[in-house]
Amino acid sequence: MSLVVSHLTVHHGAICAVNDVSFTLTQGELTAVIGANGAGKTTLLRTLSGLNKATQGSATWKEQDLLHSKPEHLVRSGISHVSEGKAVIPELTVAENLDLGAIWRRNKKERILTRDEVVSIFPRLGERLAQRADTLSGGERQMLAIGRALMSKPQLLLLDEPSLGLAPLIIEQIFQTIRELTTAMGLTVVLVEQNAMGALKIADTGIVLNLGSVAISGNAASLIADAQVRAAYLGY
Amino acid sequence: MIQFINTTLIGITAGSIYALMAIALVLVWRSTRVINFAQARMALLSTYFGYEAMVRTNSFWIALLVAMLGGGLFAAIIELVFMRFLLKRSASGPIASVAPIIATLGLYGVIRAVTASIWGGQELQIVAPVSNVGYSIGTETLVFSPLKLLILISVGVLVLLLSLLFQKTNIGLALRASAFSPEIASLSGIKVDLVRTLGWSLAGAVGAMAGMFQTVDGTGTFSPDSIGFTLLFVSGFIAAVIGGLESLVGAVIGGLLLGLVISFVLMYISSSLFFIAPFLVLLLVLFIRPQGIIGVKAARRA
Amino acid sequence: MHKLRSIHHFGLFVVFGFILFLASNRVDELRVYQGASVAVFVIAIASLILLTGYSGQVSVGQGALMALGAYGAAVVRNELHVPILLSFFVAVLVAAVGGALLGAAAARLSGPYLAGTTLALAIGIPPLANQFSILGGEQGLAFDVGNPPARLGEDFTQYKWFFWIAALAALISMWLLSNILRSRYGRNWRAGRSNEVAAQLSGINTGRSKILAFTLSAGIAGLAGALLSMTIGTVSPSAFTYNLSLMLLAGAFVSGVSTLSGVMIGAVVLVGIPEIADVVANRIGSSENISTNLPGFLNYALLILTVLFVPNGPVEQHHARQARKAAMKKIKSLPKPSMEGNT
Repeated sequence: MSLVVSHLTVHHGAICAVNDVSFTLTQGELTAVIGANGAGKTTLLRTLSGLNKATQGSATWKEQDLLHSKPEHLVRSGISHVSEGKAVIPELTVAENLDLGAIWRRNKKERILTRDEVVSIFPRLGERLAQRADTLSGGERQMLAIGRALMSKPQLLLLDEPSLGLAPLIIEQIFQTIRELTTAMGLTVVLVEQNAMGALKIADTGIVLNLGSVAISGNAASLIADAQVRAAYLGY
Repeated sequence: MIQFINTTLIGITAGSIYALMAIALVLVWRSTRVINFAQARMALLSTYFGYEAMVRTNSFWIALLVAMLGGGLFAAIIELVFMRFLLKRSASGPIASVAPIIATLGLYGVIRAVTASIWGGQELQIVAPVSNVGYSIGTETLVFSPLKLLILISVGVLVLLLSLLFQKTNIGLALRASAFSPEIASLSGIKVDLVRTLGWSLAGAVGAMAGMFQTVDGTGTFSPDSIGFTLLFVSGFIAAVIGGLESLVGAVIGGLLLGLVISFVLMYISSSLFFIAPFLVLLLVLFIRPQGIIGVKAARRA
Repeated sequence: MHKLRSIHHFGLFVVFGFILFLASNRVDELRVYQGASVAVFVIAIASLILLTGYSGQVSVGQGALMALGAYGAAVVRNELHVPILLSFFVAVLVAAVGGALLGAAAARLSGPYLAGTTLALAIGIPPLANQFSILGGEQGLAFDVGNPPARLGEDFTQYKWFFWIAALAALISMWLLSNILRSRYGRNWRAGRSNEVAAQLSGINTGRSKILAFTLSAGIAGLAGALLSMTIGTVSPSAFTYNLSLMLLAGAFVSGVSTLSGVMIGAVVLVGIPEIADVVANRIGSSENISTNLPGFLNYALLILTVLFVPNGPVEQHHARQARKAAMKKIKSLPKPSMEGNT
């Protein structure tokens, strides 16, 4: 049990966005968190990475408390969050965006090695290192965002709707890459998605959020087969 | 001809000082999205620090260093103690966009009152390290003097150092990233709060240099109500706006442009326009090209 | 209902005026003079409440607009010897024209850009007086409202006369202003302030609305400027430095810039602080440096504290707290949303 979330509750003012959510992940597990807009998926991720404050409950990663630290500290503990909306800084170059991910790491040689690794995973980025990030296409930006997250050598990766706004072909590529990375690097991944089918197909397990609470959870394949889930989120 | 050269040189020198103040304002804007209306007052306070050092050591350069260090430290304290609290409290509500303006105006008044209480209203002098007597070309004397040359060189060196800092160092990358997107910066492991304080600190130091040079290049004396410092803020602000508020290069260009324009207006149109000229230039710029010469984002509705 | 309210308010103003009348007969000259200053500041601060609080345009240049009004009044009185009432009208007109021009220029600006521009104006306009001899240069022009009319009796001093003119002007303009603020114009300003795009989409011409705010605010400030000069006796650039503009802004925020109800607070603070500072300085026996600067320090420290802790001003803060409590109660009493399925 590496990621343990227990009775997590998060409020936005008077509104309860995440309501008594509990789940656990083992190391190397990829879980898909799906649900409609406003179900609390993004808030959940933001709370785990330190951007939002929880009202109640607990969340630990390898026994380390996640709820009372600032994001910049959690990054150093191996947690990377790719926020929604292609989280790159448009005014910086691709290289600078990548370097940003490793900026807190001391060892310069290692940073260069990691960058080479990331570029080999996303060769398109390697071709555009000196270009400003705002010249990239949507898919490339998403790759850059994920690449930046990888630069800090994370163990827990939080991905918020990486498929949003991308062409279907690119979405497939991105999902494929996420699956390969997870296996190859032994990452633990929480993948929040509106594209429920795509996410569940590459995931080990799934969690369905509805109005802030866990409606159903379990093995990804069985969720795909589940009639209620199918009707509500998978469209068939 | 000589008059033209003189006017240009005066304009460039004054402009380089405006550029310094503009840089300070841009640094603060980029790190906290706030126009610090007290920036020139803080520069004034730093000049007092420099004065004290000057009195004790008789060295302008040590005084300048003390002013910059003191200015940087003071700015950092203000950011830590005051601005953070303010920005947290005023995050929402009808007063949100206006609160930082009012608060820095209040800061302006408080700093002015405190400096005047400590040092009084009299004019104090800072002696320049080199002469301000113009160079001679044949029988003509230019306004340009060793002092003005020194100022230009110093400003140039500072701008160069800052550019190197921002473009080539990790700290510079952290500063830029935090300015463009604090959330992504935070998620990348950057201690955004610390970076913000650093931004203010740099701004304080740069402003201190502006204050010292401004004093030395003018009458050599200063006081809490020196008109020079009031105009320094306005000129720095206008220069920053001309340059687009987002880039250092823009601030420098804005400063030089403003300096030249004002210098030529005063010399060739009328010297009585001294006080109103900045306002007119500002209006002109905001109408013609509100996003500034360099600036990309039309942030004037921020 | 609406008519009843405005009559009701007018009634309040009349009562208030009567109280002032009674009071002014009993206090000494200094207080009467300060009363006049308070009335002047009430008008000036009200102009800022209109401009910044309702229309959302931060102006650090109200002092310059006051100067316009003051000079307008003085020139007209000195050159054309018009009666006092007319010179005040001219003050309002001249300042309003200036305000309209400024408003047109500033309509596309907001936030710090507007503040910086108006600051540049505050610094730039008063010294212009030095350029034109008709404006009296550095020493300025004399502005004499004349002696109080004989039928008010012998005890009616010059200061009392100042106070009465100023107070009357304040009462009338406050009543007019509060009605305007309550009208469609006031609502348009508020709408433009909170969300300009939304306001435009609902049919409000925000550009025109902003210019109107500037014009009206300037006119009111012009009146205040003329009245200020009345109490001083002269109009000169040194009475309208940018410091005045800053102080007015401070006064406006301390009163609660988004509502007219607290305007007296700010005015009293501005007049009262030098007094309090004097007392404090004497009490602790401080040096001259400190005592000259204590009023400024207190003023601006108060401004900072207000912005930090009572950003909407004491009156509105109080109302907001009441409203929030009521809303929280309502939310808690709502039934919880159902947990089953969704689209």
